[in-house]
Amino acid sequence: MELEGLDGLILPGGESTTMSNLLRAFDFVEPLRRFVVSGRPVFGTCAGMILLSERILDGRSDQIALASCGIVSRRNGYGRQVDSFETDIEVAGMCDPFHAIFIRAPRIEETSSEVTVLARHDGCPVLVREGNVLAASFHPELTDDDRIHRLFAHMVRDAKSQDEFPDEAR
Amino acid sequence: MSESSSSFGSFPVKRGLAEMLKGGVIMDVVTPEQAKIAEDAGACAVMALERVPADIRRDGGVARMSDPEMIQGIQGAVSIPVMAKARIGHFVEAQILQSLGVDFIDESEVLTPADEAHHIDKFKFVVPFVCGATNLGEALRRISEGACMIRSKGEAGTGNVVEAVRHLRSILGDIRKIGTADTAELFEWAKRLQAPLPLVQEIAQTGKLPVPLFCAGGLATPADAALAMQLGAEAVFVGSGIFKSDHPAPRAKAIVEATTHFDNPDILAKVSRGLGAPMTGIGMDEINQRYAERGW
Repeated sequence: MELEGLDGLILPGGESTTMSNLLRAFDFVEPLRRFVVSGRPVFGTCAGMILLSERILDGRSDQIALASCGIVSRRNGYGRQVDSFETDIEVAGMCDPFHAIFIRAPRIEETSSEVTVLARHDGCPVLVREGNVLAASFHPELTDDDRIHRLFAHMVRDAKSQDEFPDEAR
Repeated sequence: MSESSSSFGSFPVKRGLAEMLKGGVIMDVVTPEQAKIAEDAGACAVMALERVPADIRRDGGVARMSDPEMIQGIQGAVSIPVMAKARIGHFVEAQILQSLGVDFIDESEVLTPADEAHHIDKFKFVVPFVCGATNLGEALRRISEGACMIRSKGEAGTGNVVEAVRHLRSILGDIRKIGTADTAELFEWAKRLQAPLPLVQEIAQTGKLPVPLFCAGGLATPADAALAMQLGAEAVFVGSGIFKSDHPAPRAKAIVEATTHFDNPDILAKVSRGLGAPMTGIGMDEINQRYAERGW
């Protein structure tokens, strides 16, 4: 299987309904779910975040929500492409603002108590973490700033070292 | 963190949507019902238009922007991005499409051109534009006017992939050659391509077009889509090929799956089975109007 041997997984942006269809057509839903449950870190951006959500609003009824992160996402919650925007956000633990690009972005409408909000825009969470799942409603992959990717790389390294040296965990 | 610091319609924001469509299939649809079929099949976007290119070709006459009511019907039917076509140079049609909130405008040679010298100044718009190109020079001229996505033109409405292949090979072949050119040769390349030097220099550095390169014009089968992808296209447009075939829904789904797994012949063989007849298609010597020649 394509997920074998991976220490972490990024679910990038794209069209979430298309991803949902293809995951089902090629029997990839359960392997993906098992990957997340295994505790290996997963990072979803935009459509990837929708996929990881507990619940999806304004989605198709058959759309897959892996329920790996305690958030409720509203598809296209910020509007159509003409409403897409870029802006600076403050991210917890980062000194300088992060320049974030939102493309037909999903809006995080609710977060469960297990979810840590790492960044907000206009009061709305835009970067969240629950355990080994990281999710962003914007696209860090569209800018040259790699700080959020580094954060994820750290999560993968930490998870791997805990795996290899379980006695040293905590 | 205030709203005032947000900016809309910047080049990165417009180009960003093109990036998100990579690896997908954009399908021509003429009714909300077709749009639903396309979405169900896994299209990453739909192109709303009144007639598919095969019918425009058959009917002749002037082809214009679609009726806004028809576009809004399709916007209401699906949640994936909706694109629509404006005539080359017809910036008022583009203004109307932007006002409707379409997600992408195709300044398209499939419609009858409105201006024989000038394309639309696409920097003036918040909505992103895709433009067709038959060669690298044409692609770079469109990018210099603000296009955020290039599609190789092919020959729309023919069901014949030969022109799409020619245009893709022309664009990608020249990109490869520029990649091996020395700095002095880049001036000559810019002159020969009639393209801005900075864009040519950028290609020399990155080895790729500054915006995503999709393929259009004549794709009719899953194998056609996979061929375009293997040649180096980053996504495909399928126009008449789906809804002019015998069984649009399974064919649409198969083309999506073939585009995703374009380099896996076993999957391509599996998804190509039992789709019924594709659109009939026509040879290049049988057509009297080449749409690809429109645009300058």
